[in-house]
Amino acid sequence: MTRTFLGLPVRRGARTLPDDVAHPGGHGTSASAGRASDAFGDVPHPDAPLRWGDAFPDAARVALQNTQLRRNLAHATSTIRTKRAAVVGEVPDWEALRDAGSAIKTDVMARLPELLEELERNVVARGGVVHWARDADEANRIVADLVKAKGVDEVVKVKSMATQETGLNEALAAEGIAAYETDLAELIVQLADDMPSHILVPAIHRNRAEIREIFLARMGDAPPDLSDVPRELAMAARAHLRRKFLSAKVAISGANFGVADTGTLTVVESEGNGRMCLTLPETLITVMGIEKVVPTYTDLEVFLQLLPRSSTGERMNPYTSLWTGVTPGDGPQEFHLVLLDNGRTDVLADEVGRAALHCIRCSACLNVCPVYERVGGHAYGSVYPGPIGAILTPQLTKASGGLSGHDDPNASLPYASTLCGACYEVCPVKIDIPSILVELRAREVDADRGRPTGWGAAMKAASFVMSDARRFGLAGRAAGLGRVVAGSSGRISTLPPPASGWTRSRDLPAPAQQTFRDWWRDRPVDEPRTEGGERP
Amino acid sequence: MRIALTATCLGDVMFPQAPRATALLLERLGHEVFFPERQACCGQMHVNTGYLDEAVPVVRNHVEAFSPVLDGEWDAIVVPSGSCTGSVRHQQGMVCRRAGLDDLARTADAVAAKTYELSELLVDVLGVTDVGAYFPHRVTYHPTCHSLRMLHVGDKPLRLLRAVEGIDLVELPAAESCCGFGGTFALKNAETSTAMLADKMTHVKATGAEVLTAGDASCLMHIGGGLSRIRAGVRTLHLAEILASTKDAPAPVAAGATDGSAR
Repeated sequence: MTRTFLGLPVRRGARTLPDDVAHPGGHGTSASAGRASDAFGDVPHPDAPLRWGDAFPDAARVALQNTQLRRNLAHATSTIRTKRAAVVGEVPDWEALRDAGSAIKTDVMARLPELLEELERNVVARGGVVHWARDADEANRIVADLVKAKGVDEVVKVKSMATQETGLNEALAAEGIAAYETDLAELIVQLADDMPSHILVPAIHRNRAEIREIFLARMGDAPPDLSDVPRELAMAARAHLRRKFLSAKVAISGANFGVADTGTLTVVESEGNGRMCLTLPETLITVMGIEKVVPTYTDLEVFLQLLPRSSTGERMNPYTSLWTGVTPGDGPQEFHLVLLDNGRTDVLADEVGRAALHCIRCSACLNVCPVYERVGGHAYGSVYPGPIGAILTPQLTKASGGLSGHDDPNASLPYASTLCGACYEVCPVKIDIPSILVELRAREVDADRGRPTGWGAAMKAASFVMSDARRFGLAGRAAGLGRVVAGSSGRISTLPPPASGWTRSRDLPAPAQQTFRDWWRDRPVDEPRTEGGERP
Repeated sequence: MRIALTATCLGDVMFPQAPRATALLLERLGHEVFFPERQACCGQMHVNTGYLDEAVPVVRNHVEAFSPVLDGEWDAIVVPSGSCTGSVRHQQGMVCRRAGLDDLARTADAVAAKTYELSELLVDVLGVTDVGAYFPHRVTYHPTCHSLRMLHVGDKPLRLLRAVEGIDLVELPAAESCCGFGGTFALKNAETSTAMLADKMTHVKATGAEVLTAGDASCLMHIGGGLSRIRAGVRTLHLAEILASTKDAPAPVAAGATDGSAR
């Protein structure tokens, strides 16, 4: 696999932008320029943003060795966790807010078609144009055609998970259109030819020294004496982006919420880059997953309290932009809304899995996940990493006609969790992620039943033994033979696979000399207070 | 009170000291303890690994073993494990319903409503926090994920421990983060599990405690297995063992750190 100058795998077609490639200096630049010219005209596989790389255990094994990544993630996630806990703790009705958020989302899923049609009617009535995209290809095609119709070859973008999911930037590049990410972290990721590793903080795996390196190598107008002081880095990015904001004719955004009863779209962001994109260009194209619709304007009251506290740990979101269709003489004079399905309808049809569609992309579950904290986002092989990714990604890809079963790397995602429940506890819309993970594990097992596996055989045998007290009692006594393996130390330090996974880093105590069952049976009957019951 | 004891499969075979201590503790408090011998396992391992069909007979056996509680045979069921209690309460009914066994599911739910994790039984049902234990050692407590987030036991185990005579209870840093066990996760994602375990062990060592306790033998097997491997000099004891410990019958802290031998 080709690697970038910072050692990260190159996933897809070049994301490096024309004027940045032309920038001389910086190690690795020539390699990336070569790659860029090769990749232009390449149409990336539409499923790629939701299925790349190795199965989770293998990808995680590699990620765990990246000490810089471990350090960056441990620091960043613990900082956000602490911030979130503080601002959530001060809201007296937080649990009621979560219940409200969950109830609104449940209502939305129950009548999604009618709400979407209502949204469409109201957007059109206020001067917008609505497009329906069945999948990523269709969404990308719609957007590319709209951009080409404006006769431009560059667009500015507000950070958007929906367009990450469709691989829009790569699709536009294939049409000769350069898409400039304007969110600071997304810009870092784009310049590094990297993939995002977090829903909200896509460059969470980078520290400031790495960011300085990326800017110097890839950002054409970065000052040569740039330091790694955060303020200086931000100022360099700000100067770089300002030029784009002022010249762009077309902007592309995602949407946090689409209000059915008014046709209002919402983008929630922290840097003001979104506000620039949403107001300065002549044409605005918004790509929104169909699950992002909410019934009424007043429902925003609930979500605009839940979202900032859950995601960035802020009491109030810094830049909340709301717009409804087109307002003559104010803001973009042409507005297109692309409603994206891309597997969501199939997820909706799933009684258990559909709760994954309630997600408002706050990323609180990533920040508290002990697995994510160690391995980072790339190990999940999807633009949706972490606990929510582990339930959303396999459902979205399976629905879109992808692989399923043991040879699909996404089949390993539901197992990428200890079921510790931290994600469910913080989820602002109360998605019971652990229960859905268990359900998806069951689906993987059931889909794989035709194939004999070691796990399958072991689980069947265990079921036979553990469903009967007599058989279990005998097995318990037999386990006592493990004491021979343990020897005089009382600990077992090596076992054959798959138990070797345990003994590589942990001892196993010798099984008990006498099972509890046998001890209970052998207990003197005349001991005080133990008479009766089922004891003989 | 007449209390039926769930030994748990792991407790029965690997860590009998936990159910033993639970029985002795409850008897010391004046209750009658029964061991329904038909019991084997709650089915959690099968459920959490995704083998829900295979879980059905295991769940059925558990439900039938404990269903006499519904006829008043016992007043309550105690489980010295947060995760087994969680599985009984939140998974058994689902497993039955998924298999189309609605009657069994209803029975499972009814049995689950009478089922309590040890600290829940002591504090909520029996209304006791000082169980008259004596344990003169430096101890730190790991709140296991399922007791914390599935059962919401809160500080009940800590209240019980604080009331123990002679104990030097020290706070575990980052206590609420998972130890990395996760059942078969420890095998399927062994490296990630180890990375989590390493951080947990660092925090345990930082307390200077000689004993790490928790309400789940499984998590203790995991952390204890890691501590044993690095010869950390920290012993793991189930919460029940500390609560059962008295001046006359002290819990054995001098024995091998992970030795499950009978006493």
